[in-house]
Amino acid sequence: MYAKRVAIGALLWLGCQTGSGAGQTPRARSERAPTEETVEVKLCDDRTTTTVPKDMPPTRENGQRVADSLMSQWKREHPNQAWEMKVTQSHPTIPPPADNRKVLEGAQRTDQTYALFTERDVLTWERETLKLVQEGARVFHDAEAMEGTIGVSCDMCHPDAANTHPETYPKFQTQLGRVVLLRDMINWCLEHPVKAPRMEPDDPRMRALEAYIIAQRKGVTLEYGKH
Amino acid sequence: MKRKDIETKYHEERQALFDGLRRLDRRGFMKVAGAATGAVLGRSLVHPMSFVPISVASAATGGKVERFRFAYISDSHLYEKKLNERFVRSLLRAVDDVNKMDPQPDFVLYGGDLAQLGQPGELKLGAEILKSLKAPVRMMVGEHDWYLDMGEKWRELFGEPSYSFDHKGVHFVVLNSVIEEDFWTARKMTPLERMQTVAGLDNALQNRFMVGAPQREWLKKDLSRHAPSTPVIVFSHSPLYKYYRPWNFWTDDAEEVQALLRRFDKAVVIHGHTHQLLTHRIGNIHFHGMLSTAWPWPYAPEGLPELTVQMNRADPFNPQDGCGDGSVELHPDGLVDKVYGLWNRNPVTITRGYMTSRGRTDRPDAPSLSSY
Repeated sequence: MYAKRVAIGALLWLGCQTGSGAGQTPRARSERAPTEETVEVKLCDDRTTTTVPKDMPPTRENGQRVADSLMSQWKREHPNQAWEMKVTQSHPTIPPPADNRKVLEGAQRTDQTYALFTERDVLTWERETLKLVQEGARVFHDAEAMEGTIGVSCDMCHPDAANTHPETYPKFQTQLGRVVLLRDMINWCLEHPVKAPRMEPDDPRMRALEAYIIAQRKGVTLEYGKH
Repeated sequence: MKRKDIETKYHEERQALFDGLRRLDRRGFMKVAGAATGAVLGRSLVHPMSFVPISVASAATGGKVERFRFAYISDSHLYEKKLNERFVRSLLRAVDDVNKMDPQPDFVLYGGDLAQLGQPGELKLGAEILKSLKAPVRMMVGEHDWYLDMGEKWRELFGEPSYSFDHKGVHFVVLNSVIEEDFWTARKMTPLERMQTVAGLDNALQNRFMVGAPQREWLKKDLSRHAPSTPVIVFSHSPLYKYYRPWNFWTDDAEEVQALLRRFDKAVVIHGHTHQLLTHRIGNIHFHGMLSTAWPWPYAPEGLPELTVQMNRADPFNPQDGCGDGSVELHPDGLVDKVYGLWNRNPVTITRGYMTSRGRTDRPDAPSLSSY
């Protein structure tokens, strides 16, 4: 039984990776409670399920059908699931977050709970941080996402966030007559060239935009106040 | 008609003979060889650095090079008026600038990217606005005009994108330098998705610009009819060299195109796409960028040609700062002074003296607000 589950699991993984065959009519019916003759199979998101006949031969073909069924359900519920991939392909030059694998070394890490990080932690930090930056890249290049009204997005003047110099804030902005932060300038650009409403400082899109703009300047010295 | 002195006539006849020789096949050569001998011997006596023979030489090819001026407007990136009036107003400002020029320019080059997303409405609006120019217009295509319908509407409005013409002794060539290899079919993109991808300067899904083999072949044939002494000016949307690949400030087959221009004494390339003051020289070829009417691009993080004197950073609080139009002044020596007519600032002129001295003379003022 264990072996059989692993086989299906492996095929499910394959399905997740390739997303092949989505939309085919699967033999297994989704969202049906398991009965005595069926067994429930769950996708790696720990939510999406389907049922298969208990006596289904564990062939590759059958496994593929189960995988396709689960994936087509998942895709229906996540219509924009490829956004990260799209961002990665369109903007492959986004610098990666800092490499933190060093925290996995050293003798002191074992005698303190806080320092007890695992490789999984390090990967999570990296992936989650990059995800916010990528979301920023998406918003940055999308006038609609910013509720812009004249078809203008940030990248039209700032390709790869060039000339946004986040490292120079806070600084006195002569035209505004006060000291501003990066987000004040983002809001100024939203209101004027982009013709979109201002964003609250904790608006998820504002946070993402800041993340992307700062990430693009990785390695540049902080020089607040620079003109 | 002005009378020519005997010496000029003699030089003209001799030069015409040289031009004829360059185009001759073997049989033709035999026919005129005898007549040529005396002239060839005569020519070898002229000091190669002497000014007079050079100017006479250009006078004798396809006609005398007269001093004249043409204007340029470029990269207006029009959306339809109901969506975005700002870019429309900017193009109107450029048209006003050019119409106010006195004397009027001989013609106006439109440098490409008339539309933002290649929509028929955008192109038609642009064509309509350009009709109010008093001087004749020479159109060039940009990637924003092309990738929705692969140039169908543009061609319908303005004709074929690559062509050549002669004007006052100068040979002009207009290229379509924004050809990209197919990246859209495999990705199953719709025409609009293809257009939006190309419209993103920093979008890496697209390919690099090129002139392409068939057009290079056409260019080779077109140029072969002209003597090396004929001044040649090429208009291309992308810079015909390699500046910064990720933003397509780049032409992939630039070296092949440059090779075709190498045999000319004077070759100038005027390009759009980069929306900034941009100056480069490779051997005999002088390159000048054009300003955009819509927005300035920042300088790329690397690859900036050495001869470029950057413009001051644009003021983000002034929507038309760093934008503008300009003109090109042709001199009888076949070289050009390039004028960047920056709006709200003093114009900047890149003179032919600056180009020939490789920046030692006539250097424009350095910017006080350098780019980040």
